[in-house]
Amino acid sequence: MSETILSIRGLTKNYELSRALFQSKDVVHAVEDVNLEIREGETLGIVGESGCGKSTLGRMIVRLEQPTDGVILFEGEDLASVSKKKLRGLRKRFQMIFQDPYASLNPRRQIGQIVEEPLRVHGVGREERQVIAKDLLRRVGLDENAYEKYPHEFSGGQRQRVVIARALALNPRLVVADEPVSALDVSIQAQVLNIFKDLQKDLNLTYIFIAHDLGVVRYVSDRIAVMYLGKIVELADADDLYESPSHPYSKALLSANPRMGADDKRERIILKGDIPNPINRPAGCAFNPRCPKVQEICRTDSPKLTTIGTRLVACHFPELISE
Amino acid sequence: MALKENSEAIFSESPGKIALRTLRKDKRALFSLAILGFIVAISLLAPIYSHFIAHTDPFNSTLDATTTIGGKVVPVLEPSTTGLGLGVTPIGPTWNLRGYFLGADGQGRDVLARLLYGGRNTLFIGLSAGIICIVLALLIGVVAGYRKGWIDAVLSRLLDVIWAFPVYLLAISLSVVLLTSGLTIGFIHIGPGSFALPIFIIGIVYIPYVARPIRAQVLALREREFVRAAVGIGAKDSTIIFREILPNIVPSILVFIPIIVALCMLTESALSFLSIGVQPPQASWGTIINDGLALLYTRPLVGIAPGLLIVLTAASLNLYGDAVRDALDPKTRARGDA
Repeated sequence: MSETILSIRGLTKNYELSRALFQSKDVVHAVEDVNLEIREGETLGIVGESGCGKSTLGRMIVRLEQPTDGVILFEGEDLASVSKKKLRGLRKRFQMIFQDPYASLNPRRQIGQIVEEPLRVHGVGREERQVIAKDLLRRVGLDENAYEKYPHEFSGGQRQRVVIARALALNPRLVVADEPVSALDVSIQAQVLNIFKDLQKDLNLTYIFIAHDLGVVRYVSDRIAVMYLGKIVELADADDLYESPSHPYSKALLSANPRMGADDKRERIILKGDIPNPINRPAGCAFNPRCPKVQEICRTDSPKLTTIGTRLVACHFPELISE
Repeated sequence: MALKENSEAIFSESPGKIALRTLRKDKRALFSLAILGFIVAISLLAPIYSHFIAHTDPFNSTLDATTTIGGKVVPVLEPSTTGLGLGVTPIGPTWNLRGYFLGADGQGRDVLARLLYGGRNTLFIGLSAGIICIVLALLIGVVAGYRKGWIDAVLSRLLDVIWAFPVYLLAISLSVVLLTSGLTIGFIHIGPGSFALPIFIIGIVYIPYVARPIRAQVLALREREFVRAAVGIGAKDSTIIFREILPNIVPSILVFIPIIVALCMLTESALSFLSIGVQPPQASWGTIINDGLALLYTRPLVGIAPGLLIVLTAASLNLYGDAVRDALDPKTRARGDA
């Protein structure tokens, strides 16, 4: 496959929660020791429950969040450690799309101004800006006259198109989309997802696509990473993962995804208990209190992400795959 | 078809224009603006009234002045006929604009002329103090809310210190100290009689009441996704503050202005009433009420007239503030398809 565009090593984010005076601080391990290689032109899906750290991971990659530890290598620069000033210049190479299209647009600016803002910030002249912005609005399927309108005149789906246009204004290589369709109606989701796919083809974009909707992730992703409690537990090609998940958590997660037709013979795995508190992570494998296959070693030793066939799995007893 | 074109025209309006259109149709806004406009206009016309109509000097006592009522010349101040017969009773309202329309005060000065001049001072001090308050509060609120961390901690505690004092207690103690000596900061010296003193004292006292909500709003705004997006495109802090955050603060400022100006005006009147605001011979509505206090039984209008003007102005400002708030609040409007 093509070359690596982004390489993440040991990326970690801890949040300190200050409690009452004179008490030791609680530390939330939002993301722990994540390693990832993202290839140019692919879409990497990241799935997991709420609070598993997938959004934090996405925000760290575009440096809206300062990592506690680790390296984010993007086009030869370590984004985790570059200076604030240099980072501002690099930002045009990677962009983020947010979940809530209602909060993503400044209500007091016209659509044209919003889409042009990234270009203005990076010093593109007015006439050129206008040409680029109008072209982008057309590409995401918006009317010519959207240029002079205000966000309150648009629906959620249309606003998300504006958000996409703004993210692409600087012609980035990498786009991190954090739940970009979760806030939209199902009928609109498909349209927006198709815009994502079309633009990827036209502009040779690389996507990191964060979502909790398994159907959506499968539709857009080439590879999928499954996260649990701040760690990647399985990373595999999308079809492989959906056909035969190897990690018990992936299996449980996917069994919750309804399938069309009456031939759904899969075992329905219902996990007991809640996702553990990220302040007090369980010892050993983080999944051990809920895992149906738990053994003694799972309670003491944390499994490493190891290669099994074409995929990476972090489990002492991975499901054997017949590929 | 006409209807469709019409709705087409309504769309594509900025939130500000929509608010302005709502405000123009608001009867409360029109009513309060009319009253305010009238009060401001007559106050501005004070010199014209005193020089060309009443021919009186509102700043000097004229104990032996006379005026003509119905062809008869009468003294403005008459020896008191009630009680022990001590003191004087000034002339009552003549209802004649040629002089002593509302009567005279204890020093034989035309009450209406003083009322108009007093209105100038009260309105000027209220407006200036209000503007100073809002400008400083905006600066503090935006910096504290945007920078967070220790800058926010220091600024917020500073506001708490001001806030910890009851407004009038702080204003009174500051005024008492500063009015005796004036204020010297470096090369700048402000004399004890200068209007700058009450303006600054009143402006500063109300800063926390504006700065706090603005800081809170900025704190909330900076976590909004459109601000994150601005960070994400590589915008500088100044760009983010001026282009993303401030435009979203403007509505609150517009609501604050009339309310804070009304509060400042009331405080000015209160301080002047206590003789620690505007200094004689200058007038303010507060000092005139004070003058009227001694004449309350014989010539109640001297105290009541400035009181009514204060109430009318403050109420109109608050009414206008309410109308502005309703016009700017998107929740009171239909939101189209959103």
